Amino acid sequence: MRLEPREKRSPAILVLYPVLALLASVIVCAALVMLSGASPLSVFGLMVKGAAGTTFAFLETLTRATPLIFTGLAAAVAFRAKLWNIGGEAQLYIGAVMTVVLGTGFLPLPQPILIPVLMVAAMLGGALVLSIPTFLKTRFGVDEVVTTLLLNFIAILFVSMLLEGVLKDPTGLGWPQSKKVIAEAQLPKLSQGKRLHFGFIIAIAAAIAVWIIDRKSTLGYEMRAVGHSPKAASFAGIPVNRVLAKTALLSGGLAGLAGMSEVTGLKGNLTLDLSPGFGYTGIVVAMLALMHPLGVIAAAIFVAAVFVGADAMSRTAGVPSYIAHVMVATSLLTMVTAIMFTRYRVRWR
Amino acid sequence: MGNTTAGERETVLRLSGITKRFGALLANDDISLSLQRGEILGLLGENGAGKTTLMNILFGHYVADAGEIEVEGKVLPPGLPAAALAAGIGMVHQHFSLAENLTVLDNIVLGTESLWQFSSKSQKARTRIQQLAQEFGLEVNPDAVVASLSVGERQRVEILKALYRKAKILVLDEPTAVLTPQESAALFETLKRFVAKGLSIIFISHKLGEILAACSRVSVLRGGRLVAERGVEGVTRSELAELMIGRSIPQAKAGVQKAGDVVLGLRGIYARHNSQVLDGITLDIRAGEILGIAGVSGNGQSLLADVVSGVAVPIAGTLALKGAIISRTSPRVMVNHGVARIPEDRHAEGLISDMSITENVISESYRSAEIAKRGFINWKKARGFALKIIMAYEVKCPSPEARVRLLSGGNMQKLILGRVMANDPSLVLANQPTRGLDVGAVNYVHEQLLAARKRGAAILLISEDLDELLSLSDRVAVMFRGQLSNAIPRESTNIKDLGLMMAGHGFKTGDQSHAA
Amino acid sequence: MEAIEILFTASLWAAAIRIASPLIFGTLGELICERAGVLNLGIEGIMTAGAFAGWLTVFLGGDLWLGVAVAAVVGALFGLLHGFLVVPLGLSQHVTGIGITLLATSLSYYFYRLIFPSVTSPPKIEPFQPWSIPLVSDIPIIGEALFRQTPLTYLAFAAVALVAWLLNKTPIGLAIRTVGESPSAAEAQGIDVTLVRMGAVMLGSALMGIGGSFITLSAFNSFFFEMMNGRGWICVALVVFGSWRPGKALAGALLFGAFDAYQLRLQQLAGAYVPYQVFLMLPFILSIIALIIMSRRAAYPRALMVPYRKGER
Repeated sequence: MRLEPREKRSPAILVLYPVLALLASVIVCAALVMLSGASPLSVFGLMVKGAAGTTFAFLETLTRATPLIFTGLAAAVAFRAKLWNIGGEAQLYIGAVMTVVLGTGFLPLPQPILIPVLMVAAMLGGALVLSIPTFLKTRFGVDEVVTTLLLNFIAILFVSMLLEGVLKDPTGLGWPQSKKVIAEAQLPKLSQGKRLHFGFIIAIAAAIAVWIIDRKSTLGYEMRAVGHSPKAASFAGIPVNRVLAKTALLSGGLAGLAGMSEVTGLKGNLTLDLSPGFGYTGIVVAMLALMHPLGVIAAAIFVAAVFVGADAMSRTAGVPSYIAHVMVATSLLTMVTAIMFTRYRVRWR
Repeated sequence: MGNTTAGERETVLRLSGITKRFGALLANDDISLSLQRGEILGLLGENGAGKTTLMNILFGHYVADAGEIEVEGKVLPPGLPAAALAAGIGMVHQHFSLAENLTVLDNIVLGTESLWQFSSKSQKARTRIQQLAQEFGLEVNPDAVVASLSVGERQRVEILKALYRKAKILVLDEPTAVLTPQESAALFETLKRFVAKGLSIIFISHKLGEILAACSRVSVLRGGRLVAERGVEGVTRSELAELMIGRSIPQAKAGVQKAGDVVLGLRGIYARHNSQVLDGITLDIRAGEILGIAGVSGNGQSLLADVVSGVAVPIAGTLALKGAIISRTSPRVMVNHGVARIPEDRHAEGLISDMSITENVISESYRSAEIAKRGFINWKKARGFALKIIMAYEVKCPSPEARVRLLSGGNMQKLILGRVMANDPSLVLANQPTRGLDVGAVNYVHEQLLAARKRGAAILLISEDLDELLSLSDRVAVMFRGQLSNAIPRESTNIKDLGLMMAGHGFKTGDQSHAA
Repeated sequence: MEAIEILFTASLWAAAIRIASPLIFGTLGELICERAGVLNLGIEGIMTAGAFAGWLTVFLGGDLWLGVAVAAVVGALFGLLHGFLVVPLGLSQHVTGIGITLLATSLSYYFYRLIFPSVTSPPKIEPFQPWSIPLVSDIPIIGEALFRQTPLTYLAFAAVALVAWLLNKTPIGLAIRTVGESPSAAEAQGIDVTLVRMGAVMLGSALMGIGGSFITLSAFNSFFFEMMNGRGWICVALVVFGSWRPGKALAGALLFGAFDAYQLRLQQLAGAYVPYQVFLMLPFILSIIALIIMSRRAAYPRALMVPYRKGER
């Protein structure tokens, strides 16, 4: 068996194959659902209803998509430059830490000023976290996959330490949680009585900004060149290490924003369960979106829908909500395979 | 094909009607040829004529779309290197297929023992290798790591691989590309020894002189077709050349020109990278002259090119452009000073294969005022620039948006030329600029270099092709183990003298008897 | 000082070896994959799946060794999936590996929840018991540390020797090494690069599965979420630290185990002054430092992560 690059990619294939990929993962999950004794059709029906059946459900999906847009963008930006940032979790949490340090009363500023300040602080926090493995990569040649991963564990422990120590809420009945952020730091809700908050708008804006950077700016060009071929880019005079550093700032910053958005828009304070794996899920979102910044929005909403729908379904049908994780993981693998087949043809000789 | 005269040799290998397509490209078009026992058959053709494709089909690396191969009368199953090896076909690849970090012994033994065998019989293997080495005069140390071997030694290992597997048919693909003229002559003697011991040999080359020197018969490939078969006895060079190329291409010739001021001045450059060193390089290149650098691969030419490109920073010494010493070199600095760099590896260094033509032509100039403003790229202007180059240099491509990967080698090189010559550079670094190109493209590159020379550019030409060096350069110098000889005017030297210098004669470190 | 005295106790070194055991399997497994040129980031998920599958087998009434075997088979199956996607199909090894980790982990959690919908405390099984080797286990300190371990630990040490011998002394080991250094050289000698790479990935993943089963069948006796706690990633770091050689990988795993065991005991000593999280962080920080130290002398298999496309022009 041999793979041969396709010369032409018809639009039909570009749409059909990804759809087939999603279909394949649905079938796999249907099989798993049948093992639990439930009917796949009813389960998927419940999931769809739970994700978008009512206004409440749909807004809940968008709320759940907000941090995924940020971490998806973070992963897409980094992976485009072949910087394997698997440390979205750590960057998110440190971004949240910065938010809580500055936003619980330390800076008594009015809302239009405080919120941008917190955004910048969170971005700096996330950027700082990613800059460490990036520095180790450019200076010592240490592969960033493992270092970014290990930092996730270190960061969670660090946050745990802070929450039981200096950041601990004295009125919190002893639970490891931080103080609540002040009213001026809170992101306004977009809809009365629902959980959807302004963070969603910031996320969309961030996606557009990343898209502009990628398509139109010299930095975007440099990041793509470095991602395709560091050797040729370096030969042409592109400063590879500096580009990677800027990529790290942007990527880490976006993940840090995810933390800020969750704290100031949704939870109000920082706890250890702020992120149920948003950093890792962001990687899946980026891959499903083919690393396209605007595609990240759609992919994030899709993935959020799967999780929200599965949660709702699980309460009624009793199928473990982990089916969502399985669905997302299989979607990732089938999608990557489908994308490859849009670029290469199989030859049997 | 039917006489039964006494003494007729038997056919050991027969290719019948081999056809192979790659997309729209017809690489092999109904080729039939045969190899007699005990002969050295030359397979002559320019780059791109289909010789390597044909041999890759023979060896099982590719599967032919049509046609059949018979070894000693038995049909060879297609697409299986293991079957070719079992049938007695041994291939000495042009770019050696050796694992650099493993030992000579490992490389030779690999694949000769069943994978399910319990333990490797290395002592027996070592003894056998040493026997073969002595019998054929191919000395190697079985426990040496391949990365530490010179190019000539690596070729010996490639040949030993085939002999160890009891090859009856030996295929050598451009074996002299990396050897000095003296080493090439030694190789031809070794081939005669092989034939005396019963081997049959196919010798692939695009160099006429060698085919005539080594082979008894020659088959000529052109444009994927077999166009002629001749005995070497009665044929002339010009006849073969015309068969090979099919048309007469006037060779680019350098006219006499007076050189101007010094453009590039290197003084005492010391550098080190991987296993290559520069051991105190001093040279001057003047405006309007071509300085050619000859040398066996691995003696420091690549590192010299890297230093002039700005990719490698010297440990000591000075580099001056138009009299001004550059304190900190980098690719960007060199580009800004008007240095045009044509790298050795157009795929991995010169171009970003997965990006479009437009994106590639601005890789050195994307920050300039013509293309970008305040950090944003004007893609319309970039596309305009790309179109200009495509037209001026006749780059065959579907559109400026096409990915560079789809271009042929010759068109890629034209693209690079267009990109680097756009700003009328004062210094051109051309590192193996015509490697792997067909005659038409080679000629185009030569013409571009000569045109730049006429415009007053200084040109540093590094090449393993001595004919190319002697026809283009005003002066020639030789690199050996990181040292550079004095530059000799073209008229005062010839291939034989250059060959001796390439082997170390006249250099302080090398002794007279050294063989690379 | 008590902190120094701890270093000379048998219990520290026994714990070190116990902690190192799953890491030895995981590191050997990843090492085999990478020597063949394939990065296997599915290790964290494969170890989790091995842990779950092995434990479930025993819970359902199987023999402990059957559980280990099932864990190996489950590991090999995920290895087959990873190998198929990255070798013949040539997909990105990073992305596929992460996908396999997510898939294997989520499948394990799904089936666990499916079988045990509502449990307050995780169900238990009877794990491997320590097996004292007669005579040598009576040697002071060393005997207690080395020779009173569970059978899976002895298997780990045996595995190191077997893998070293396999890679260096057998034809198949030479084939594995060559496809990881130069696939074209291997093909030129008639080796089927795809098969050898996929076989190596399956073998390595089987070892990873066994490593996972150590956690549920030897170290603990039940399965719970987030059990692996990054052990898989630490193994990836240990492969680099051990320069892709089994003997050095063993040394690295033991060093790490010793450090982890030490850090646990230090917590009890200094817990009043230093937050316990700092101690828990140390093993991860140590892994990063190990990577930095070894990166200088990195002897990467040359074709690691380079997809091989046969017959590509």
